[in-house]
Amino acid sequence: MKGFRYLSNVATLELDQGRCIGCGRCLEVCPHQVFVLEARRACIGDRDACMECGACAGNCPVDAISVDSGVGCATGIINEWLREKKIPGLGGGSCG
Amino acid sequence: MSDHLGACKARWGINRMDFLVPPGLYAIGTPTPEAPVLVTANYKMTYDLVRRVLAGRNVWLLVLETFGINVWCAAGKGTFGTGELVRRVAESGLAKVVTHRRVTLPILGAPGIAAHEVLKQTGFSVRYATIRAEDLPEYLDNGERTTPAMRELSFTMYERLVLVPVEIVLVLKTLLVLGGGLYLAALILAGSSAALTALLGYLGAVFTGIALGPVLLPFIPGRSFAVKGALAGLAFSAVFYAVAGGALWSWPVQLASFLAFPAVSSFYTLNFTGCTTYTSRSGVKKEMRLSLPVLGGALVASLCLALVGTLVK
Repeated sequence: MKGFRYLSNVATLELDQGRCIGCGRCLEVCPHQVFVLEARRACIGDRDACMECGACAGNCPVDAISVDSGVGCATGIINEWLREKKIPGLGGGSCG
Repeated sequence: MSDHLGACKARWGINRMDFLVPPGLYAIGTPTPEAPVLVTANYKMTYDLVRRVLAGRNVWLLVLETFGINVWCAAGKGTFGTGELVRRVAESGLAKVVTHRRVTLPILGAPGIAAHEVLKQTGFSVRYATIRAEDLPEYLDNGERTTPAMRELSFTMYERLVLVPVEIVLVLKTLLVLGGGLYLAALILAGSSAALTALLGYLGAVFTGIALGPVLLPFIPGRSFAVKGALAGLAFSAVFYAVAGGALWSWPVQLASFLAFPAVSSFYTLNFTGCTTYTSRSGVKKEMRLSLPVLGGALVASLCLALVGTLVK
């Protein structure tokens, strides 16, 4: 995305090129142009641009893509951590 | 105009849940059985926008039940999802209404959808059209082809600004509790004028983190939201120091203000990552692992300093 760049080397996006059938769906759904098609296979061209929305993984017909997607705000992640540790959170603060 | 007023209210979280459009199949103009079927969410702001940009055209509009949530957030939650789309296609009798077997979806709806599953379960193939509804007319005129520009996300100052009100509403409860607690503690320890100063400083730091940080996002150095927030908070601390007569405070209180306010701002700007369309969850987790201990430490240290500063005076 023009003018915006987040942290490097954090995205969990993985692509198993062996499974890829080159349908190009991932290029279609990715809002950050992370993928490129080379020799009828998708490959990850810009992993650091990935925001882990999960669109590519969910729309891949051969399950070749994996990514840890989910809530991305601090409050949401704190609540998630609290839930994992079975500590009741403060409630409120999360978006809907 | 009333739509506009309603949109403004919804942005502040007022009557947000009245902003539902009944899900189902709608005709815009007089669509033929060959006309495209566009899919959207039942958030009224989204629905109104889609209808407005498609005015004068003849298309079908399939509205999914996303419980009044926009496409992007609903896709993240899965309500704008494969299950709902499959159900709505069946319930509306879409296969009898149109002769083709294509449904056109917004690109930001893709996280909730598995296109191959939709095809398998309904016989309809999924096309992802554009990110912005405003690009739909061009997409339709273009022979339903997506140009690179239609796939390009933006995050303009206006787009960031409209997110601020609801963020403020979401923290009101916390503000009341923490701000009230801070005021009372300062009132007991240092008197009413100090309590008011502390409260105003706290509220200012929160506002800096929630509003100023996000709005000025690309202009604040660094990639980390925690760092951006801390820098904005530091600037606020300096301004507050000048305006509130900080030169008269004892040095521990001065130091405390420059620790606590940036920490508060930093947390709220970090929380804004949930509203952006370019921050990854793993990145936010990393930022939190690094920044929360620092922020917590800064707050504890500043409370101790303020206490010392007040007691030794």
